[in-house]
Amino acid sequence: MHEISLLESVLETLETQAKQQGFQQVKQVVLEIGALSCVEADALRFGFEVVMKNSLAEHAELVIIKIAGQGICPKCQQQVLLETLHDPCHHCGSFGVTVLQGQSMRIKELIVI
Amino acid sequence: MCGICGCGSSKLSPLKPHHHHHDDKHSHSHAQETHGERLVRVEQDILAKNDGYAEQNRQYFQQHGIFALNFVSSPGAGKTTLLVATINALKNTRPIFVIEGDQQTDLDADRIRATGVAALQINTGKACHLDAHDIGHAVQSLKVPDNSLLAIENVGNLVCPSSFDLGEAHKVVVLSVTEGDDKPLKYPDMFHAADLMIINKIDLLPYTNFDVDRCIEFAKRINPAIEVLQLSATQEHTMGAWLEWLNQH
Ligand SMILES: Nc1nc2c(ncn2[C@@H]2O[C@H](COP(=O)(O)OP(=O)(O)OP(=O)(O)O)[C@@H](O)[C@H]2O)c(=O)[nH]1
Ligand SMILES: [Mg+2]
Ligand SMILES: [Zn+2]
Repeated sequence: MHEISLLESVLETLETQAKQQGFQQVKQVVLEIGALSCVEADALRFGFEVVMKNSLAEHAELVIIKIAGQGICPKCQQQVLLETLHDPCHHCGSFGVTVLQGQSMRIKELIVI
Repeated sequence: MCGICGCGSSKLSPLKPHHHHHDDKHSHSHAQETHGERLVRVEQDILAKNDGYAEQNRQYFQQHGIFALNFVSSPGAGKTTLLVATINALKNTRPIFVIEGDQQTDLDADRIRATGVAALQINTGKACHLDAHDIGHAVQSLKVPDNSLLAIENVGNLVCPSSFDLGEAHKVVVLSVTEGDDKPLKYPDMFHAADLMIINKIDLLPYTNFDVDRCIEFAKRINPAIEVLQLSATQEHTMGAWLEWLNQH
C-alpha cells in the first residue's frame, strides 16, 4: 500500500518544517489530493493515524481537499472535467484528453504549535 | 477533542491516560493553546523528495550515457523472462545491468545472474514499489559502467510503482494476454505513465479471449502516445521488434 510510503514522506516533511519554522507539535495537516492521483482518501485517513503515532503529529487532524481533474481536448481544444484518466472529451467525444490538473498530491498547510 | 483544553488528547489509548497537570512540563499549556497556534504554509508535493532523488538519478544516467528502463507489470506478466531473453540476445553487443525489486527473495536476481550479467536484488519488504533513493544506492553499488543498458524490474504491481519516478528514461509496462484486455482501463495510472506497452505471452492467445486491438485501443484512450509491441518472451523469433526498439533508443 503506497499510501503508507506517501504518509511517511509527509511525516518527514513535517519534521523538516518543525526544525525550519520552529514548532513542536502539529495540530492539523491539510493535503490537496488530485482526483486523478492514484491515492485513495480513505486509505490515507486509515494510514494517517498509524504513521503519525508517537510523532510530532500524533492526534493531528487530517484535512483532505480534493482537486478536480481537468484537461484539454486535443481535437476541439476545449477544457474538459475529468473523473478518470480515460474519460472522453464531453464536448466532442474524443479520447486522449491531455491532463492539466488533478494528478498531484500536495501538502498545502499545517496548523502548528 | 479534550473537553477542557481542546488539545486533542482524548484519543490517547488507555495505556497513556491524559492527565491534566497544569504545570510547566505540560507540553501544550493553555497559554500556548490559545495564543501559540499558527498556520504554516508548506505548498510542497508529497513526492518532492522522491522526485528530487529521481532527478539526481536522471542527471547521473545522462552524464554517463546509461539508458535506464523501469519495467512494471502485475505479478507474473513475464518481466524477468523478458529480461533474461533480452540479455541472451544482446549481452555480446552492449553492457547490461539489472536491478531486481521484489518484496522478498533473491530468485529473480539469481535468474539474471545465471546469464552472466550482474544483478542487484533489492527486497522492498512491505513496500510495494521501488523508489528513487533505492535506485541511487543500487547504481553506486553495482558500479554501472558508462553507456550501459540498465534494466530495473519493479515489484510486480500495476498500481503503486506508477507514482514513483526512478529517474528512468522510460517506463515499460508488460501486460500478458492471460490477464485480460481490459487492464489498461482498470489500472489507468500505470498506462498513463508508461511510454511503451509490451503485450507478452502472445503464444497463449489461442487459449484466451484476449482481444489485442481492444487492449491497444483502451491503452491509447489513456495515453495516445504509448507505443505497443507484441511478443512472447519464451519464443526468441518474436523478439525482433523489441530488440530493434532497444537499438533505436
Ligand atoms: N507461455 C508463456 N509463458 C511465459 C511467457 N513469458 C513468461 N512466461 C511464464 O510466466 C511465468 C512468470 O514469468 P516471470 O518472468 O517470472 O514474471 P515476472 O513478471 O518477472 O514476475 P514477478 O517478478 O513475480 O512479478 C513464468 O512461468 C514464465 O515462464 C511467454 O511469453 N509465454
Ligand atoms: Mg520477476
Ligand atoms: Zn473535444
